[in-house]
Amino acid sequence: KSKEAEIKRINKELANIRSKFKGDKALDGYSKKKYVCKLLFIFLLGHDIDFGHMEAVNLLSSNRYTEKQIGYLFISVLVNSNSELIRLINNAIKNDLASRNPTFMGLALHCIANVGSREMAEAFAGEIPKILVAGDTMDSAKQSAALCLLRLYRTSPHLVPTGDWASRVVHLLNDQHLGVVTAATSLITTLAQKNPEEFKTSVSLAVSRLSRIVTSASTDLQDYTYYFVPAPWLSVKLLRLLQCYPPPGEEIRPAVRGRLTECLETILNKAQEPPKSKKVQHSNAKNAVLFEAISLIIHHDSEPNLLVRACNQLGQFLQHRETNLRYLALESMCALASSEFSHEAVKTHIETVIAALKTERDVSVRQRAVDLLYAMCDRSNAQQIVAEMLSYLETADYSIREEIVLKVAILAEKYAVDYTWYVDTILNLIRIAGDYVSEEVWYRVIQIVINRDDVQGYAAKTVFESLQAPACHENLVKVGGYILGEFGNLIAGDPRSSPLVQFNLLHSKFHLCSVPTRALLLSTYIKFVNLFPEVKPTIQDVLRSDSQLRNADAELQQRAVEYLRLSTVASTDILATVLEEMPPFPERESSILAKLKKKKGPGTVMGLEEGKRERGPDINGGPEPAPASATSTPSPSADLLGLGAVPPAPAGPPPSSGGLLVDVFSDSPSAVAPLAPGSEDNFARQGPCLPPTPDPGPVSIPCSEQNLGPPVQCKVTLPWFVCKNNGVLFENQLLQIGLKSEFRQNLGRMFIFYGNKTSTQFLNFTPTLICSDDLQTHLSLQTKPVDPTVDGGAQVQQVVNIECVSDFTEAPVLNIQFRYGGTFQNVSVKLPITLNKFFQPTEMASQDFFQRWKQLSSPQQEVQNIFKAKHPMDTEITKAKIIGFGSALLEEVDPNPANFVGAGIIHTRTTQIGCLLRLEPNLQAQMYRLTLRTSKETVSQRLCALLSEQF
Amino acid sequence: QFRNFKIIYRRYAGLYFCICVDVNDNNLAYLEAIHNFVEVLNEYFHNVCELDLVFNFYKVYTVVDEMFLAGEIRETSQTKVLKQLLMLQSLE
Repeated sequence: KSKEAEIKRINKELANIRSKFKGDKALDGYSKKKYVCKLLFIFLLGHDIDFGHMEAVNLLSSNRYTEKQIGYLFISVLVNSNSELIRLINNAIKNDLASRNPTFMGLALHCIANVGSREMAEAFAGEIPKILVAGDTMDSAKQSAALCLLRLYRTSPHLVPTGDWASRVVHLLNDQHLGVVTAATSLITTLAQKNPEEFKTSVSLAVSRLSRIVTSASTDLQDYTYYFVPAPWLSVKLLRLLQCYPPPGEEIRPAVRGRLTECLETILNKAQEPPKSKKVQHSNAKNAVLFEAISLIIHHDSEPNLLVRACNQLGQFLQHRETNLRYLALESMCALASSEFSHEAVKTHIETVIAALKTERDVSVRQRAVDLLYAMCDRSNAQQIVAEMLSYLETADYSIREEIVLKVAILAEKYAVDYTWYVDTILNLIRIAGDYVSEEVWYRVIQIVINRDDVQGYAAKTVFESLQAPACHENLVKVGGYILGEFGNLIAGDPRSSPLVQFNLLHSKFHLCSVPTRALLLSTYIKFVNLFPEVKPTIQDVLRSDSQLRNADAELQQRAVEYLRLSTVASTDILATVLEEMPPFPERESSILAKLKKKKGPGTVMGLEEGKRERGPDINGGPEPAPASATSTPSPSADLLGLGAVPPAPAGPPPSSGGLLVDVFSDSPSAVAPLAPGSEDNFARQGPCLPPTPDPGPVSIPCSEQNLGPPVQCKVTLPWFVCKNNGVLFENQLLQIGLKSEFRQNLGRMFIFYGNKTSTQFLNFTPTLICSDDLQTHLSLQTKPVDPTVDGGAQVQQVVNIECVSDFTEAPVLNIQFRYGGTFQNVSVKLPITLNKFFQPTEMASQDFFQRWKQLSSPQQEVQNIFKAKHPMDTEITKAKIIGFGSALLEEVDPNPANFVGAGIIHTRTTQIGCLLRLEPNLQAQMYRLTLRTSKETVSQRLCALLSEQF
Repeated sequence: QFRNFKIIYRRYAGLYFCICVDVNDNNLAYLEAIHNFVEVLNEYFHNVCELDLVFNFYKVYTVVDEMFLAGEIRETSQTKVLKQLLMLQSLE
């Protein structure tokens, strides 16, 4: 029959039914049922039904089972909840619930459970628990009532308050009828996830129930034995319920714990027994219980013995001929790998997993194998695993390539001991699967190369070699262009990679690349102009050519014009400053990791948000040549972000480079006319200028972008501010205080933002700055009073001008008083104005440093402190902290490269105090030794105390 | 076999039985739940075939309601389910 014929037939039938329903004669129950049933059938065939509802509702009040049943079925399948019939339906259901006829009750309950609408929840949320716990209810009705309640709870939890029936429901776990227990377990599991406290007595009941099941002979449970496995579904459900709770306490309930451990052991033992049946149903049911038991063991994560046994069992499954089992074993092992007790045990199966990667026919199984390798990876096997993943990547399915690329990139970074290996790995990654290498991955490799000077030469050499391949991926060109632009000089000594050869190699790829890559290459060229004066004419020729200067793309054209001009106008000094090496990137959570999270979990919206924010800086700071000023500003993390938290404007390079500098801060090229006169003004204004006050942004942004600092918290975070100028100083339910500050020489300015977090006005709002008499002679603070009312949700700003008269140790106190509602509030916090804020960094060579170091050798001038590390000892973080502290970080001064050396001058109105510092980490002992030498004893002491708190 | 939830399916000759569960639910348990369900159908209709299911769709709904309710397993004992079904059939 053709489609048309079917539609025709159906329309005819519909017309017939319609006329019957409309007809004058009242239909008898049987024909009403017949036609409603036909309508239902037509609906299930996929046609719309827009009538017949009323007839179906009429059927509900019939006393014949079949009529009632069709009526309920029609309603379950077809009735939308907003229909006005709902009142009639609910009425019919109410009657049936009260009818004491178990069949009718069953139909009514099933209807509620299938529809589960809000209206039904409102109508029956009180009734159903009563049915559930009443002594005289039939077992089958109890089962249905339990699941009915569960359904209503899921649709409208607030309408189903757990009442006094809760404890009686828990006792259903002891019911004779296993069907009732099954249904009740589902209900309790869901309820316990929301209110574990109210249902915690279910733990011991569930354990004893489980124990009775697993120890029973296979015939004991008769009806509930499925292919010789006693009550598999109930066992699974009980194990799942137990996963809502921590393991039963050793001290409080040793008996329960012992019994549970026994159960789990029995289940594991049974897996070793020969199967009681060859049927797949038997082994599936048995293994269903086993896998659930293993996930409970993993959830508890407290019995090393069980964990290792579980792992061994899964190891056997890895080679099982059932694909399903291999899949599930890999999946469970992933979870086991993250437990400290079983991580080693999982690692013993590495060869099998790798074999699975190579030989497995099913994609989804291979995908699990990749996941497991990722999970079991640690320092000891990283090289092997990464190598295997790379070789798998060549043949991997397209759908999972990007994920594998991300995983390889993360593992390579996380476990890299030897960074040349890391560089090789990533370049391989680009070679094998260039299309799947996302921006995050290649940004990251550049960040790492820039931050680690020991691999820079190697990286330059390797990318140079890779670029020689006749066809290479655009991503490789990007990495190559960037790295050679920064570090091409390190390999220029070799005639085979002389500057001109490097340039020609890159330029040979230029025409094949997309616009963003070309833009990056142009930046590389201008960097070459600085690195290798000998290729300057060649590059100028390229820049001057029509294909650049008159390029249809505005960005490329602008770059070509600006760079060409820059290379002609600027002196070598200026070029060197403008085009200096990129400063190290501040450490933060790898953006790749964020990306992987995003790919993985739909639930991690927060993570995604952060990921986006973190990518911002990579793009800003990424392919652009950074202005020299970035290297010497006190807080590199803030200015790379370009989010307004720009530190005091440094004495910028001469005007001719102004256009270029602005370029970095503005994303759209059209925003700034190239080399427009007065563009340096623009830059200067961008420096100290702050976002408009009502913007709630400035307070919250600085704290979310830093992984050094704690998240928003309610107590004072003074030490945190020693190396930071911006952030949240204080926060409670009512009030948030944010700070932005900038310091130059002996002067500073602090913006204090008071945010009212409530919806009510604050009255008599008076912040006061309190300095002790002693402090007043050293530090002068000036501010204006703020408006005494702060509206709900509003933010007010206060500016404090600061001058350091002479060195000081104390911090001023900010006291805030206001009325909120009827009550008087009083908050006092220390303001993070510390001596080190008046640091100006000084760069100096090794020789100078040690000469001055010796000059400051009198015992009062030196202060030394040896202390234990409070934070993980990470080189990059430490560097960022020292720079944040305000001193210059001097590289290649100390003969021991692990040590950190810094220098700077503290400016006060009266004097200037030179400071030298040296920090020696001891990784084994997790200790630091910090030595400070300054020309003034009190300064040495104070700085040493401040800085010691930071590590 | 996957989406935001996961779909567990089993094929019996020309018929696919699918069940959609949360990602962290127990795969094998639901795989066997399908089989349990099919065995009941088979018993109830005496060698079930596609046409049985199409013409007796309302009975199939009853079987489903007996065994699965509100997205959970209600009853797993084949004997109990069949007894109830036969009782209901006698009412027709």
